[in-house]
Amino acid sequence: MTEKNTPTPGSRVQAHALRKDFGQRSVLHGVNLTLKAGEFVAIVGRSGCGKSTLLRLLAGLENTTQGHIEIDEKATSGLHDGTRIMFQEARLLPWKRVLDNVALGLPAHRRGDAEKALEQVGLLDRAGEWPARLSGGQRQRVALARALVHHPRLLLLDEPLGALDALTRLEMQALIEQLWRRIGFTALLVTHDVQEAVALADRVILIEDGAIALDLPIPLARPRTATDPQFGALEAHILQRVLQRPPSAHPETNDSRTDWQGIPAVGLRWAI
Amino acid sequence: MRSHMTHRNPRAIGRATHIFRDQLLPWLVPAALLVIWQASSSLGWLSARVLPAPLDVLGAAGRLQASGELLAHVKVSTERALSGLLLGGGLGLLLGLLTGSVRWAQTLLDSTIQMVRNVPPLAMIPLVILWFGIEETAKLFLISVAVFFPLYLNTFHGIRNVDPGLIEMGRSYGLSRRQLYTHIILPGALPSILVGLRFSLGLMWVILIVAETLSAQAGIGYLTMNAREFMQTDVVLVGILLYALLGKLADVLARGLERFGLRWHPGYQN
Repeated sequence: MTEKNTPTPGSRVQAHALRKDFGQRSVLHGVNLTLKAGEFVAIVGRSGCGKSTLLRLLAGLENTTQGHIEIDEKATSGLHDGTRIMFQEARLLPWKRVLDNVALGLPAHRRGDAEKALEQVGLLDRAGEWPARLSGGQRQRVALARALVHHPRLLLLDEPLGALDALTRLEMQALIEQLWRRIGFTALLVTHDVQEAVALADRVILIEDGAIALDLPIPLARPRTATDPQFGALEAHILQRVLQRPPSAHPETNDSRTDWQGIPAVGLRWAI
Repeated sequence: MRSHMTHRNPRAIGRATHIFRDQLLPWLVPAALLVIWQASSSLGWLSARVLPAPLDVLGAAGRLQASGELLAHVKVSTERALSGLLLGGGLGLLLGLLTGSVRWAQTLLDSTIQMVRNVPPLAMIPLVILWFGIEETAKLFLISVAVFFPLYLNTFHGIRNVDPGLIEMGRSYGLSRRQLYTHIILPGALPSILVGLRFSLGLMWVILIVAETLSAQAGIGYLTMNAREFMQTDVVLVGILLYALLGKLADVLARGLERFGLRWHPGYQN
């Protein structure tokens, strides 16, 4: 799937022992992460677990406190030319028309590419509109076109669908998956929606308290449907792991007992 | 066909009353006041010394226009106002851009400017007369000082309040510093800058009127003060109305500029 169309194949990403502190507080510690070229990885976790920070480190928007990041075997720090990010809000420039937003930062002779990118997301007929006239879903589609026009080898998605309604979300998920399969970039999606992660990703990573707690491949065929029982089982497994209720059927969760089970019953007696 | 007609007529009448209510009604009170004013002058209730009739004022304006005086004075006053705006407002814009964008410039200059801001320009008149006499330079200085601050303050705040998310987006999409400025920071600050411009325009006319009334060899202020000495109340009124008209014109132009510059803004669409 990843090697079939390779004018701009995906980046290989390696993060070694990443650590990020904000003042006294450590947000991430000892995170090792490898993304294969063209892989689609989703990061889930409760809010405040550090998943967005990890994405911002990979995007070069924040500097690491310790550890280093390699993209295509080259150590990088700061912004990387082959990497583009989609934010939770579309962040379109309200004073530029849709097409000019997509063409932001492109040389003048590549405006045709901006039109093609808009066509890819199905919004070429709105090229002359102001962003204020678009719906939330349409704005995110424009933001997606703006990212794709740069032919990114690594696309970072920071909960870009979080603010959309359920139907628009499903449409956007299908669009992102379709473009990813056609173009072959590496994708890293941060989301709090486990179903979305299972629907899109080759691998789902759970971050808890600033460290990777679970790294689960999703071996389902695409396109995926949430009604598939295997889909449901994987989703339930991750959800339970997020909620720290280990299911007995999965051996790898045995070692992650909750604090309650770790406390001996004797110690509990006076506390209750 | 018949039912169609009866159906349409009340609607047409409804539209006509609508137009009457929205377009004509606001003019009813001013028109009535003018009629009352004209009537009381014609009937001799109002002395021409206190308030000449509207038609007399119109006549005075016509005479001044015919002799070419009107246009000459308006031209002198407008040039004064605009050169003050260009000098003071231009400086305010440039310094606002500087302190808004460069941290050390803000640290160096902003608190000084905020201190000086508290001095009302009109309070400086005695000092200005000592420095520059009562010639053009004094008027230019007063207007420049007055229009400087609104443009400076609003430019500074406009730049500081540009959405940091948009700047971050621009950086991560590979914009150079210059491109960040022209594509994101300046357009983002424009609404605020235009508000500053409108404040400046308002102040510009006030200061101009005071400065011209103080002393002038030409201009609308000269026209009115001269007329006062000869008890030509109708010419004084022409001068006052000219100031009002010019102020309104400046406001309309500023609003047009906003409409064009902010046409992307939902608040300015339709």
